[in-house]
Amino acid sequence: MSRYLIRRLLWMIPTLFFVIFITFIIMHSTPGGPWDVQPDSRTSDPRLAERLSKTYGLDLPWFFNPTMAQQYMSEGKNPVEVVQGFFSSQFGIYLSNLSQGYLGPSYRYRGLSVNDVLFLPNDPERPIWESRFGTTVFLGVVAMAMALIIGFPLGLIAGLKQNTLVDNLSLLVATLFYGVPTFVTGIMFIFIFAVWLGWIRVLEIDHWQNWQAWMLPGLTLAIGTAAYIARLTRSSVIETMRQDYVRTARAKGLGERAIIFRHIVRNALIPVVTFIGPALAGLVTGSFIIETQFSVNGIGRLFVESIGRRDYGVILALTLIYALLVAFANLIVDIIYGFLDPRIKVGGG
Amino acid sequence: MAEATALQIDQAADLQRQFAMRKPTSLWQDAWRRFIRNKGAIVGMLIVAIFALIGLFAPVLAPHPPLEIFAGNPYRQPVWVSLPNDPARTGDPNFIFGTDTIGRDVLSRVIYGARTSMAVGFIPMILILLIGTTIGMTAGFFGGAWDNLLMRFTDIVYAFPDLLFFIIMITALRDTWIGGLLNGFALLFISLALVSWTTVARLVRGQVLSIKEKEYVEAARSIGAPSSRIMLQHIFPNALAPIIVAAAFLVPASIVTEAVLGYLGIGIRPSSDPNAPFPTSWGNLLNDGRVAIETQTTLLIAPAVCVALVMLAFTFIGDGLRDALDPMMKGTS
Repeated sequence: MSRYLIRRLLWMIPTLFFVIFITFIIMHSTPGGPWDVQPDSRTSDPRLAERLSKTYGLDLPWFFNPTMAQQYMSEGKNPVEVVQGFFSSQFGIYLSNLSQGYLGPSYRYRGLSVNDVLFLPNDPERPIWESRFGTTVFLGVVAMAMALIIGFPLGLIAGLKQNTLVDNLSLLVATLFYGVPTFVTGIMFIFIFAVWLGWIRVLEIDHWQNWQAWMLPGLTLAIGTAAYIARLTRSSVIETMRQDYVRTARAKGLGERAIIFRHIVRNALIPVVTFIGPALAGLVTGSFIIETQFSVNGIGRLFVESIGRRDYGVILALTLIYALLVAFANLIVDIIYGFLDPRIKVGGG
Repeated sequence: MAEATALQIDQAADLQRQFAMRKPTSLWQDAWRRFIRNKGAIVGMLIVAIFALIGLFAPVLAPHPPLEIFAGNPYRQPVWVSLPNDPARTGDPNFIFGTDTIGRDVLSRVIYGARTSMAVGFIPMILILLIGTTIGMTAGFFGGAWDNLLMRFTDIVYAFPDLLFFIIMITALRDTWIGGLLNGFALLFISLALVSWTTVARLVRGQVLSIKEKEYVEAARSIGAPSSRIMLQHIFPNALAPIIVAAAFLVPASIVTEAVLGYLGIGIRPSSDPNAPFPTSWGNLLNDGRVAIETQTTLLIAPAVCVALVMLAFTFIGDGLRDALDPMMKGTS
């Protein structure tokens, strides 16, 4: 098991390397650049662009820098420095920065590093979780909590009252919300709560200090997961009710309430609890449409904006973060499946 | 008494003959019977069929050409909204869902959008299945270093967050020649196919790994059947069930991706050619509607409802297919 884990973790390194590599190539071969004044017209002041490129190292070759290596060689530097010269390219410098945890400068938020843009709040007075990354994680946590609060009881009731009207209804609702894409739910919610009822001002900036503001994006993000949790809980409850220990509990005359809470709920919770980790990763990575819809100042919206602005550093960093989250979520799922279903052999294949 | 017994024996023999004569039902027939008994799946099939027909007969069904701009009719509300004080915007039976910001009929555009969405759903699905099945089959069948190489490659592609990749690809290549090909359809299809095949490949590989140990494959091999024949005749048909289920979930995924990308403003390009077969898409409409959410709600709601309906329909179909084919998939996961 631990060998399997180590192998999987080590495999993440080349995988993430290729993710960065491919993103780097696609981004840099895109027409336009970070110095364009108007993102749509893609025009920039050539003199300013040249100076900025020099400052930020965007005039360096992409991958290899043979001229620098030759220069070092002719200067009689030692082989290590010559090799360093050969790799003093945009990609090489990015990787060496990355290995030290530095994500490079942001080309649009000039003067800030990508680390600052992602992990520090705009206003230094504000707490750290109001950073862009923190905002997205917070939204994910809110959504997760809502998904559990909605999904678990729904699934529990449906499972306990299997094949009744309640069951069929909640199953239908769960399937409906599971099938409808989140951005459509978002549109509907904005329409109903903001346009029709006028309860919430969606497009208002900087209202995120109120807890009410989080409800709508949180709910929108939560609803698909809630539906999934409801379905998961239902099947888990049905399976648990058929277990011998439940029959034994009934046979010894335990009250129905005690059976439900002490025997059924506890055991039915296991698959739901194991699902929380991957689900949270899914919610954090799956929120960028919702962030754009509700003007949430998180990394999802930042990603969409940064692509238009060609802010290479931010794009690479976010792709990396997303890929890392997805990779960990997949790993956790694979391990959990191994625990839940011993027939699936973890470690083989 | 004796006569009765003889009759009974006769009847029994008759019954036996009837049983013998009844055609044996194949696994596929069984699965089909289970599938059509599933109410949700039938409803799903109906909805998809309706949208497919709407798409096919869009020129007949649409009350107006989707690109025709009706001068003096922008921002018209749908027919059920009447604004007595604002005759230019009040509902008009000519424009059932109203008009958009420049005066094009929303209903006609939604109808043509159905056509685009059906194409976007089914064409990439075929591409994805082709790539995924080929990679999964060869990896599972030949095994060894080839399998290792392909599966590591699959892992790398799998690690790419899908939507991120689509957004990067499409913004990057939009303004190049490939982005202009078929109004951006080609780029969308390629992007979809490039990352979505991984799940199919893994699924097929798993299937092939278990099927190639079966006795009938061994038998085929022992009589000297070539690898290609074993793969196509023996392994592929037996690995088909999960591929079909996967296909049912691939179609809505592509449709929703197109809608999301359109919503973000980086989808298929709206065409200006009045004879173009795919002049607009639900994604384009959503993007138009997003801007006009306060004034032209139908512009946003109509395509959103359509996307949701198609998604639901395919979810039902996929669930139905999985339930129907499940006995065949048992023990192969």
